[in-house]
Amino acid sequence: MAIIEAQEITKIYRLGDVDVHALGGVSLTIDKGEFVAVMGPSGSGKSTFMNILGCLDKPTGGKYFLEDINVGDLDRDELAGIRNKKIGFVFQGFNLLPRTSALENVELPMLYDGIPAKERRRKAMEAIKSVGLEGRDNHHPNQLSGGQQQRVAIARALVNEAPIILADEPTGNLDTKTSGEIMEIFVKLNAESHITIILVTHETNIAAYSRRMIKFLDGRIIHDEPVIRS
Amino acid sequence: MMNVPATLRISFRALRVNKMRSALTMLGMIIGVGAVIAMLAVGTGAGRKIAEQISSMGSNLLMVLPGATTSGGVRMGSGTQPTLTLADADAIRKECPAVQDVAPVLSGVAQIVYGHQNWSTVVVGTTPGMLTVRDWSLVSGRPFTEQDVKSATKVCLLGKTVVDNLFGDMDPLGQMIRIKKVPFVVIGLLATKGQSPQGQDQDDSVYVPVTTAQKKLFGTSFPGMIRIMMVKAKNTDDLAAAEKQINELLRQRHHIGPKQENDFTVRNLTQMMETAQESAKVMTLLLGAIASVSLLVGGIGIMNIMLVSVTERTREIGIRMAIGAKTWDIRLQFIIEALMLSFIGGIVGICFGISGSKILSILAGWPTIISPLSILSAFGFSGLVGIFFGFYPAYKASLLDPIDALRYE
Ligand SMILES: Nc1ncnc2c1ncn2[C@@H]1O[C@H](COP(=O)(O)OP(=O)(O)O)[C@@H](O)[C@H]1O
Ligand SMILES: [Mg+2]
Repeated sequence: MAIIEAQEITKIYRLGDVDVHALGGVSLTIDKGEFVAVMGPSGSGKSTFMNILGCLDKPTGGKYFLEDINVGDLDRDELAGIRNKKIGFVFQGFNLLPRTSALENVELPMLYDGIPAKERRRKAMEAIKSVGLEGRDNHHPNQLSGGQQQRVAIARALVNEAPIILADEPTGNLDTKTSGEIMEIFVKLNAESHITIILVTHETNIAAYSRRMIKFLDGRIIHDEPVIRS
Repeated sequence: MMNVPATLRISFRALRVNKMRSALTMLGMIIGVGAVIAMLAVGTGAGRKIAEQISSMGSNLLMVLPGATTSGGVRMGSGTQPTLTLADADAIRKECPAVQDVAPVLSGVAQIVYGHQNWSTVVVGTTPGMLTVRDWSLVSGRPFTEQDVKSATKVCLLGKTVVDNLFGDMDPLGQMIRIKKVPFVVIGLLATKGQSPQGQDQDDSVYVPVTTAQKKLFGTSFPGMIRIMMVKAKNTDDLAAAEKQINELLRQRHHIGPKQENDFTVRNLTQMMETAQESAKVMTLLLGAIASVSLLVGGIGIMNIMLVSVTERTREIGIRMAIGAKTWDIRLQFIIEALMLSFIGGIVGICFGISGSKILSILAGWPTIISPLSILSAFGFSGLVGIFFGFYPAYKASLLDPIDALRYE
């Protein structure tokens, strides 16, 4: 069952007089529960594609269906609602709110979903626990290591029970050991909670945690094949 | 929609991060609100003081002055008599039905001596009607009578200030004082009356029979001349009738022809009081308006700092948008932040305004009245300022593109 269906997505950035064709017609279907790694050289359009999948950016052309909803028909606030309920983001640079505790960072998506304070706290604590950060709920981002900050970000992505997690180079700022730990969390979420995970990386050993590998080059998909886990 | 307590907490934290900046921004509001409250208090106090002073003159009063109105009351009309006389005053009292009493006034400044003490004060020659006309009473002794006026006896009533300066703690009743070297017996002491609308100490005066004043103190070449008359109407509704009757009577007595100008002027003190009060109100509004400018400047300060804050926190806004903040979630967050600045500033400003106007009142010896309405409106106004000047930055923040905001360095 397709949770994501992209049809001939194009994206053109206009820089002065020059058109940059970041995406040159990308079609892709991802089923519920898949774990997809997106690879490709720098500048090949991976992030652009992820931002469109995450409803943060709009394609120049093509159609995008998310759970059979035509995203192109939605207005600004409806897109915000989709990002809130359907998608959890994990970024390379963590993107946590500074001077705000881990717990409150994790509570944030629920704040915009009108969930009462008590339940917010309970669910946030639960999410923090599930990423192995018990006891760190009161720490601010600058009191946490990179790996810990990325765990907070994952907890924040999980907490609204979004069916999709989009991760753009989530291990790009982490050492190998910590990267492995973060990837284990993704694997567990995919296996146990059946969350659809789409993850950008340019490291083969990170991509090896996924079950399907897609390769981008110059704004197009050049490879799409299952990953055989050893 | 985002819930309010959480938004409040977020805003409060944002303000706490930049304590100095928030405090300085609030200072604009503090000064603005404080100034509005203090200025309104000063203005209202002035209005109240003027009202008190005017009512201390007596109620339902008309003033009759010599000269025509047309050129500031100075130019003489073309009547046969150049001034008002005691006979005019008597005629008004007897022949104008709407008039309750008349007090002619012939006054001047004179040196008063008692023993080794001397004091320069206003000596007013008048009739017993003065006490009625001015709603004035004695604290001790007796007023002078018609008989005293008729026979120009050398008796006087003393105001409180004169008593204090000449007699100290002694009882002046029955004592002999000299006004312009003429001996007078003190027969009564006037109650305290305070300042007149012109700012004179009304207790710094001595009252003597008008005839005595004419003969012994301020005599002129015109027999029976007086300076002005104070007329009390029977009641407020009779004021207009009294004015008309006085006009008719005096025109007739002064032989003024139908086409000729009056050689006297009748002024309605109630009208003067209304005018004075009107001008006090205008002054209050003016002061308030001037102070409001600083409130406006405070508001612009808030807008300025909120714009800076939105730019600084572009990335934060991007993060919030990425995880689901809607247009109004972002707007509310920044509006509440601006409101907090203006409200906290407003509350502190109210405290400053109250204590400021107290200090002002002590320093200037000027009463200040802080009305609950001025506090309420200053508070409401500061809220409006917060919303008004907070909206644009909040609006700007809410229109940011999520992806641009996230990428912002
Ligand atoms: N905001 C932008 N404005 C202009 N060009 C952009 C913008 N974002 C990305 N690009 C261009 O689009 C292409 C794809 O970029 P991106 O999706 O970030 O690649 P990747 O994530 O695969 O490294 C690049 O050539 C990049 O320069
Ligand atoms: Mg990228």
